[in-house]
Amino acid sequence: MKRNEMKIEFDSISDNEAFARVTVAAFMAQMNPSMEEVADVKTAVSEAVTNAIIHGYEGKVHKITITGVIEDALLSLEVADQGVGIRDVKKAMEPLYTSRPELERSGMGFLFMEAFMDEVQVSSRPGEGTIVTMKKMIGQHGE
Amino acid sequence: MSSNTKVQGRQKITDKTLWISVPKELDHHSAEQISQEADGLVRQKDIREIVFDFSDTVFCDSSGIGMLMGRYKMMKALGGNVRAVQAGERVGKILMLSGIMKIIPVEKKQGGMQDEKE
Ligand SMILES: Nc1ncnc2c1ncn2[C@@H]1O[C@H](COP(=O)(O)OP(=O)(O)OP(=O)(O)O)[C@@H](O)[C@H]1O
Ligand SMILES: [Mg+2]
Repeated sequence: MKRNEMKIEFDSISDNEAFARVTVAAFMAQMNPSMEEVADVKTAVSEAVTNAIIHGYEGKVHKITITGVIEDALLSLEVADQGVGIRDVKKAMEPLYTSRPELERSGMGFLFMEAFMDEVQVSSRPGEGTIVTMKKMIGQHGE
Repeated sequence: MSSNTKVQGRQKITDKTLWISVPKELDHHSAEQISQEADGLVRQKDIREIVFDFSDTVFCDSSGIGMLMGRYKMMKALGGNVRAVQAGERVGKILMLSGIMKIIPVEKKQGGMQDEKE
């Protein structure tokens, strides 16, 4: 089995949203992804990182970590913050639910993560933080 | 700080229409800057319509949807409207998934390599 793992840690500032997307895209390049697969993963990463910045840390600067694991054609990503956490994960993942409408959020983040990844799991505890785990099969497009 | 994440403030006003050239990547970082610029101009000038030009845009996430919805609500309150033009394949997909096309008219890129309906 081909296995490869990486971990990055960075400050929760909005400049790092692009950094996170590009880094994960570079990591998955070895999986021979299609352009669409790269775009899908970038969107999902952007959503999870933006949520950590806006909701998890509420704009304050702390650390976000992304762990990426490649196991053959399976890409697994974990985006973690030690922020405020989520009281009701099921409700948070409902399409169009947002706790911050005043910040022009529209509750589409989890919807996009679920649309573009094969699997999305959220584990969170109020006061301790949130881990979003996402998985996707890559490079399975027949050519 | 880093120059590659700076949003090029590219707008122009013709008649009462504000044209905004959306940057290459529309995320939380760039969306906030565009919203601030747009809101500032709408406050100062008599603007009836905002047109977002997605010609250069290859990335868009939920923050872009929030930006469009926010400008739509503001313009509607002022009796104006909002449109999006030149949406490429990826942007079109995101806008479609979000359902925002039911509220804001979106024009796809014409004559591109992949015209979706064909
Ligand atoms: N890392 C996190 N820490 C704390 N709360 C979170 C986190 N991620 C998501 N949430 C909660 O889940 C809700 C839904 O998230 P989702 O990304 O779907 O929508 P949103 O961020 O509110 O809006 P959008 O993503 O469309 O801008 C958020 O409003 C927030 O209450
Ligand atoms: Mg979100």
